[in-house]
Amino acid sequence: MYVIVAGGGKVGHYLTRALIAAEHEVLLVEKDRSRAAYLAEELGEVAVRGDACEVRTMREIGMERADVVVAATGDDEDNLVICQMAKRRFHVPRTIARVNNPQNVDIFHRLGIDSTVSSTKIIFNLIEQQIETDEVIPLAPLQRGNIEIVEIDLGPESPVVGKTIPNVRLPQNALVISVVRDDHAILPNIDVEFKQGDTVIALVSADKEAELRQVFAETG
Amino acid sequence: MNVVILGCGRIGSTLARSMAKDGHKVAIIDQNDDAFRRLGPDFTGDMVLGNGIDEDVLKRSGIERADAFVAVTNGDNTNIMSVQIAKEKFRVPKAIARIYDPIRAYAYQELGIETICTTVIGARLMKDYLLGKEWGMVSEYCALADEGAQI
Repeated sequence: MYVIVAGGGKVGHYLTRALIAAEHEVLLVEKDRSRAAYLAEELGEVAVRGDACEVRTMREIGMERADVVVAATGDDEDNLVICQMAKRRFHVPRTIARVNNPQNVDIFHRLGIDSTVSSTKIIFNLIEQQIETDEVIPLAPLQRGNIEIVEIDLGPESPVVGKTIPNVRLPQNALVISVVRDDHAILPNIDVEFKQGDTVIALVSADKEAELRQVFAETG
Repeated sequence: MNVVILGCGRIGSTLARSMAKDGHKVAIIDQNDDAFRRLGPDFTGDMVLGNGIDEDVLKRSGIERADAFVAVTNGDNTNIMSVQIAKEKFRVPKAIARIYDPIRAYAYQELGIETICTTVIGARLMKDYLLGKEWGMVSEYCALADEGAQI
């Protein structure tokens, strides 16, 4: 795959190294002269100096044959423009944007950027996993379609204990993907009866998470 | 009308003063306190200190009730992003961005974003002057094309 990484800060730099190690063709584009020189010293021809927001630069780096463009600069507005231009003008199949302000994730999706990575959001979710305030813990927000993987511990009061999956009224488009019991992961089939102490792993759209919580967890 | 202006530079402050003088409700956003000095002591609009691609700042400037949004910061990308936020998220009926880069201006015009490319307009006006031509209609000077504009 030919991957273009825009932005030679720490994120772009380490990403480039990882991609090279995985034997992809990579080009790292950095705007700042001295930073670009530093990167070129380490990475050679893989690192070039240029403003990835400029169409001229995009053409020079062969954006039209890129499989993926990753906008990894520290500025959301630059990342947005890079990805929009990559998609609309150069028809790059996949664009990934680093989003620094998690508030902006929504607008990026609305404007057609396939994948966004907000490290703030990821770290926030990791913290939430440590703090078991609810029995429903979001494990990972999957980027497309706002779907989350959630982990639910079934306590003694859980309304689904003793029931089988077909008898549980799941919210629309929610899916139980695994039941973890005594450290074994059970694939959910119609015979699986929920027991106290089970951990249910489910896929649910973000807007139905609360509903799912009511179905599985203690009410009130 | 209710207008929110992002960027209190030369064009932003001039526009803000003019609109306020005509009796419109103006809110102007800038990251830098000093920039508001350009508005002069008798400016009647609101001055909002903050980053214009931050939705909280935009809300504070009244974007939810705005009839129009103007993005005139020094950064093309900030202008492009903020206008898209204004239209997509806040459904502001009129939104326009000043974009310096002719190619980006054209590309976003194609995407339905109203843009003014002062670079191209200025260069064409000056060229006409150099060639001894009379200045014509502004709309002729605004036309953008792929690969920047042939002037």
